[in-house]
Amino acid sequence: MKNPMIQVKNLIYDYLISKNEDEEPERHRAIDDVTLTVETGDFIAILGHNGSGKSTFAKQINVLLKPTSGTLIVGGMDTADEKNLLPIRQTAGMVFQNPDNQIIATIVEEDVGFGPENIGVPTDEIWKRVEKSLSSVGMLHYRKHSPNRLSGGQKQRVAIAGVMAMKPDCIVLDEPTAMLDPAGRKDVIATVRELNEKENVTVILITHYMDEVVFADKVFVMDAGRIALQGTPREVFSQVEKLKEIGLDVPQVTELAHELKEEGLPLPDGILTPEEFREEIEKLWQSSAEMSPTSILKEADLKSRLSIRSI
Amino acid sequence: MREITIGQYYPAESVIHRLDPRVKLVGTLVYIISLFLFKSFSCYFVVAAFLFTVILLSKVPLGYILRGLKTIIFLLLFMSMFNLFFTPGDVVYWKGGPFQITDAGIRNAGFMALRLILLIIGSSLMTFTTTPNQLTDGLESLLKPFKKLGLPVHEVAMMMSIALRFIPILMEETNKIMMAQMARGASFDEGNLIQKAKSLVPLLVPLFVSAFRRADDLAMAMEARCYHGGEGRTKMKPLRYQSRDYIAYVVMLLYLATVIFTGKVLYL
Repeated sequence: MKNPMIQVKNLIYDYLISKNEDEEPERHRAIDDVTLTVETGDFIAILGHNGSGKSTFAKQINVLLKPTSGTLIVGGMDTADEKNLLPIRQTAGMVFQNPDNQIIATIVEEDVGFGPENIGVPTDEIWKRVEKSLSSVGMLHYRKHSPNRLSGGQKQRVAIAGVMAMKPDCIVLDEPTAMLDPAGRKDVIATVRELNEKENVTVILITHYMDEVVFADKVFVMDAGRIALQGTPREVFSQVEKLKEIGLDVPQVTELAHELKEEGLPLPDGILTPEEFREEIEKLWQSSAEMSPTSILKEADLKSRLSIRSI
Repeated sequence: MREITIGQYYPAESVIHRLDPRVKLVGTLVYIISLFLFKSFSCYFVVAAFLFTVILLSKVPLGYILRGLKTIIFLLLFMSMFNLFFTPGDVVYWKGGPFQITDAGIRNAGFMALRLILLIIGSSLMTFTTTPNQLTDGLESLLKPFKKLGLPVHEVAMMMSIALRFIPILMEETNKIMMAQMARGASFDEGNLIQKAKSLVPLLVPLFVSAFRRADDLAMAMEARCYHGGEGRTKMKPLRYQSRDYIAYVVMLLYLATVIFTGKVLYL
């Protein structure tokens, strides 16, 4: 029986906002009674719009913030205990949104070595780790380069390598693709998925891009500091109306399927990828020999929309 | 503004690049001292010859180095003019009000310009050939004795290296802000000096705000990667003297001897 990577119980976090020196600071609840468990080796996605508390939650895992009340256990260690600070940060590495603001050194390999240096890894071992983690994100070729000359996606992969060099069991990525172009986004997500599959690193991906969530083992949707929805991507994205209520989109293809279903087409809930959608439509097409003229027209319209999408 | 090359690392494979950063730091110090030891053209000839040899060895293109001088051209002109017009001397060539041009003035102005140029080139050569991290390590190791006096050596060194890392990023940011404001009709190169200075205010405010935000982000990223000061930290690239470093020290001593010798014997 594996131990869970992260156990959260009734976690509450309040930001204190003091406008005036003498006044009692105002309390703003960022995380409101969150309870969840992340199993070791899982790929977890946390969704939510701005201000939903998802970034605050990420910072809790890395002990950049401490719970106001409730408990948070990372790899068997309580984040409230001061002496667990460094071990927890080593266990659960963190990648931030802005690629420029998290690279410390002026040479890629020196930056990747920064984490191991901090935790007192011997020199020979640092070199081994740097090489290994740079090649695991496909950036070994750039080891002598200056980070300034890399693209956003490449910088973000260097940042991931920097975390991997500390041999974490878990990586928390706080909107790692928010500032990247589509190509960079794809690269980063592919890298993260590969680390999850090959190195069995637990991944907690915080994002507001729905497309990145489709591959997750489990999705948590946060709204106003609470967990509003949770489950597999299929379960979560089946609830299109509820997601929209929270102010979130669903993947484009899921939305299309949902709308078609509303129009009366017998499609299943929670279609996540274009391939899946095509399959379902083709099934429909084959079984519609005795269709009425109007529904055939509808299907024709659908076909053209489908072919546009596949371009 | 885009062309500030001072303080930037120029990647290349050369003897100078491979030298221990401590050697380069001490070398730069020796070099700067040698510049101020004497006031004779023969000395500057030795200094320039030495500098030129080091530049050749370092494989940093000369043009690239000279580009760095562009930024100090005003300072250079100002200092030279000051010396040219205000130095009293035996032979007065021209006099007008408080201004005068004398033989000593011309000599001083020339020396001043030469010194400054040699100083800038020499010290920028150090940053061209040493990565900020190496520089920091070198400085930290050289200043270690002062730690006992309560000087936060590691912290200062870390701050320096981060400052250097963010120069190009802030530069790029300045350009972006400038362009965004120019797109809305601001102009940065019109009017007199005061107007120009005033037009910089709306540029500097957002720049500072963003720099603070970056600092906050960076501090968090460093903490997240277990940074907790210099205590218990290991080094990826620890400093160990090689034979070439000892040779460099000897060369340095020889150089200093040559400068002193030239200064004393050939007074020109």
